[in-house]
Amino acid sequence: MIGPRGMKPVRRLSPRNVIIYGTLTILALYYLLPLYVMVVTSLKGMPEIRMGNIFAPPVELTFEPWIQAWAHTCTGLSCDGLSRGFFNSVKITIPSVIVSIAVASVNGYALANWRFKGADIFFTILIIGAFIPYQVMIYPMVILLREMGLYGSLGGLVLVHTVFGMPILTLLFRNYFSSLPEELFKAARVDGAGFWSIYFNIMLPMSLPIFVVAIILQVTGIWNDFLFGVIFTRPENYPMTVQLNNIVNSVQGVKEYNVNMAATVLTGLVPLAIYFASGKLFVRGIAAGAVKG
Amino acid sequence: MAQAARRIGILRNLSAKFASVPMILTALIVYLGFSLWTILYSFTNSRLLPQTNWVGLAQYERLWSTRRWLISIENLMIYGSSMLVLSLVIGFVLAALLDQKIRFENTYRAILLYPYALSFIVTGLVWQWLLNPDLGVQHFVRGLGFPDFVFDPLSSSDFVLFGVIAAALWHGTGLVMCLMLAGLRGIDEDIWKATRVEGIPQWKTYLFVVIPMMKPVFVTTLVLITSGIIKLYDLVIAQTGGGPGLSSEVPAKYVFDYMFQSQNLAQGFAASTMMLAAVALVIIPWAFLEFGGKKRA
Amino acid sequence: MLRTTCAAFFTTFSLALPVWATDLEVTHWWTSGSEAAAVRVLADKFNATGHNWVDGAIAGAGGVARPLITSRITGGDPMGATQFTHGRAMGELIEAGFMRDFTDLAEREGWRDLIFPSTLLDDCTFEDRIYCVPSNTHSQQWLWLSTEAFATAGVKVPTSWTEFVAAAPTLREHGIVPLATGRQPWQMQLIFNALMISVGGPDVFNRVYGDKDAEFAGGPEVAIVFAAADDARHMIVGSNVQEWNLAAQMLIDGKAAGQIMGDWVQGEFVHAGLTIGTDIVCLAGMGEHQYLTAAGDAFFFPKVNDPSIQEAQEALASIILQPVTQVEFNLAKGSLPVRRDVELHNVTPCMQAGMGILNSGQIVSSANSLLSPDTIAQITDLMVEFFNDTSFPVEQAQEEFAAIVRTAD
Repeated sequence: MIGPRGMKPVRRLSPRNVIIYGTLTILALYYLLPLYVMVVTSLKGMPEIRMGNIFAPPVELTFEPWIQAWAHTCTGLSCDGLSRGFFNSVKITIPSVIVSIAVASVNGYALANWRFKGADIFFTILIIGAFIPYQVMIYPMVILLREMGLYGSLGGLVLVHTVFGMPILTLLFRNYFSSLPEELFKAARVDGAGFWSIYFNIMLPMSLPIFVVAIILQVTGIWNDFLFGVIFTRPENYPMTVQLNNIVNSVQGVKEYNVNMAATVLTGLVPLAIYFASGKLFVRGIAAGAVKG
Repeated sequence: MAQAARRIGILRNLSAKFASVPMILTALIVYLGFSLWTILYSFTNSRLLPQTNWVGLAQYERLWSTRRWLISIENLMIYGSSMLVLSLVIGFVLAALLDQKIRFENTYRAILLYPYALSFIVTGLVWQWLLNPDLGVQHFVRGLGFPDFVFDPLSSSDFVLFGVIAAALWHGTGLVMCLMLAGLRGIDEDIWKATRVEGIPQWKTYLFVVIPMMKPVFVTTLVLITSGIIKLYDLVIAQTGGGPGLSSEVPAKYVFDYMFQSQNLAQGFAASTMMLAAVALVIIPWAFLEFGGKKRA
Repeated sequence: MLRTTCAAFFTTFSLALPVWATDLEVTHWWTSGSEAAAVRVLADKFNATGHNWVDGAIAGAGGVARPLITSRITGGDPMGATQFTHGRAMGELIEAGFMRDFTDLAEREGWRDLIFPSTLLDDCTFEDRIYCVPSNTHSQQWLWLSTEAFATAGVKVPTSWTEFVAAAPTLREHGIVPLATGRQPWQMQLIFNALMISVGGPDVFNRVYGDKDAEFAGGPEVAIVFAAADDARHMIVGSNVQEWNLAAQMLIDGKAAGQIMGDWVQGEFVHAGLTIGTDIVCLAGMGEHQYLTAAGDAFFFPKVNDPSIQEAQEALASIILQPVTQVEFNLAKGSLPVRRDVELHNVTPCMQAGMGILNSGQIVSSANSLLSPDTIAQITDLMVEFFNDTSFPVEQAQEEFAAIVRTAD
């Protein structure tokens, strides 16, 4: 915890602290309320849910919905719940996140520090691309992947995620790298360091917070993606969200809200775990930032 | 001497260019190429499959005489302006609060961020519940002894958009906060030391020193929020389905409903072309000012 | 590349060993309990022939299934078979030559004579060739009434739409919502089209949707339909749920008296322990014109080159129509079989009545087979506005409706 922030050292119960912690705690409670509702609902039986108060804690605690959601809920013919798609999701998310962030961070670095003629035009096209709803591009994407021979393969899906994640991520990295002190870069150039060695030895260590943001963006986006997972893969590779969608969005039949909620929370656990783990990197980011001063 | 320098320059540009090949290809093929493809087919009467049966501007005439499209645009304006201001303000304030060297920073940050881990579909579902008069807040407050309490925004065509905004803010402000925090952490320590020595109040430092220094982060955030606004779709589907009536319809929903549900690709493409045109109109001049002017390195 | 090699390998292999199980990927959106049970019937029967059903269940017909199916087929990586909306939706893929022609099998097995109502096969027929296999039928022109709600209000259970409208004020006085509905767009459209057949009559329906007679659509006969829809939109005030099954729940809870919905809603009532015929009464054709649309689900088969998959496709197509499959499948799904020569036992009185109406030939083509999905969507958008805003003028609605019919295709 290096690097003091804000005002001089403070007393424990100063008005300032009361305001800060008070505001944060109230907001935290507000942000937690929907999660509370989800968890509480997932621990109730269906009769209790039908009776009504969604804020009331469960009278009869049951973990059955969680077991159902993970291992037994049927989606179509297979009755093995979300567990079926979990490893597919992992298999899709890990390479997609790594490749998309690697490509975009190099893009951003090249744009920020090694500008070449015409780079801005490509970059502007990308930025406009960030605003195009990607569903519009499904059909041409299908044609492109078909011509590349990648349609229906995992590699194709990774490519899709990389391509559609590129605008925002490139912007993120470009702007972060260009906000870093220029002297560092110039000093390294004088020492004779090249494109890649500056990237790996100087830029990367200083960019932990922004990498964390990028990971948060991508893990969440790709983990929660459903449409691409369905359209660009085949059933044996369907991600977990396909099952979640089947459980939550079934049009006909009785809605089992408790199982829906359990399935929802279960699906969100991986991104959640990443968020909590990201804390350490944020703190290290401060340390890295302090070095440059 | 001069020649050697230029050769180094070319080499330097070469490696950067080499590294930028994926970006160049993506920009040209996917974003430029696909957009042109989409625009081209908006002048046809393609239904389920893209086909070249040219009909001129017919799709656009139909688009602009469709009430649902006009309502969608109006809704997007209201939603967009509220979201833009609120998420920037809330996100920055949260980041500034977390940056006060507080205890439990990780816990607070994770709590404020976690909604982002959930998909829009789930967000919409949960907020639909919370705002449902028979299950959620209204039911709860009535149970506390206020039998006449009415809170049913999702059934009112005047308030439904605010129900969607509440859910979207809950979902997205955490990420804005994170971006701002990353930006704040990038600010040099010495700046803070200097302003403290000068005796400048903290809020002034934020407003006049820190925020201008964080301009790149703000740009990123702005693009992120705005693109999210324009792409707004899943949340509306899950929370309101566009209703009541057409009162929470949005342009992206118009595009996809026409492309997939009505099997009228060309009409969907025409609508998306209008969205693209609006975006390009704002971004291209801005991009030239922003990226075109000053050169680094 | 790898896939081609694999396919070639398997092809060779299956030629050597004809009984080798072929994987057939089947896409469908039947994911709820009863639907899944019905799919299970199909899959079991199919697997019994020595093949292997690879399940591709995706909930959500419109937003996901259509882009998925179109992408997979045009992307050159088609599934083996897919459920799809019966009617005109698939037309273009057939025209473009992506779908397999099953005319030979149909002639061999005599589908023309078997399938009832014959409109189901007509919907599979494009330029005299047969491209799909109907699996079941549903009808939508039903008014479901909760006897308990009418008892509470002290009104006789109506036997027609007119009586129901007359009873609405009394129901309101007792705090009961006369007509329950989910607010999703398709349900508004379902109510309107059901009213058009039931209150307007089959001739009105055919003239508007079949002949696309815009002048007629703006005329007095259709004005009657709009008057009924006007009654309906006042009767649904207070029903603010989104989904149809939550609307059914309002009947179950005694909060609402009636619902206009397809016959699949029975599953909800039965599941809640109500008895169809006593607790819940149904009025076919809303007690007015007793005509039903026989629309349903059908399976389509993309063209593939692999002979073993072709063989598996044929096996599935044949199995869907077998009498045993028809009985078990439709009992599980709560729908009606597509052939006349099979008997369903233990069906509800309402299904009994539905079969009676179909058998007597009082059948109307469904809007799905008369209109393009685009036109249906335009009508749906109009109905969404009309039903959700009671101040939307009836005359203006009819005018706009006639304008849609004028450009309809």
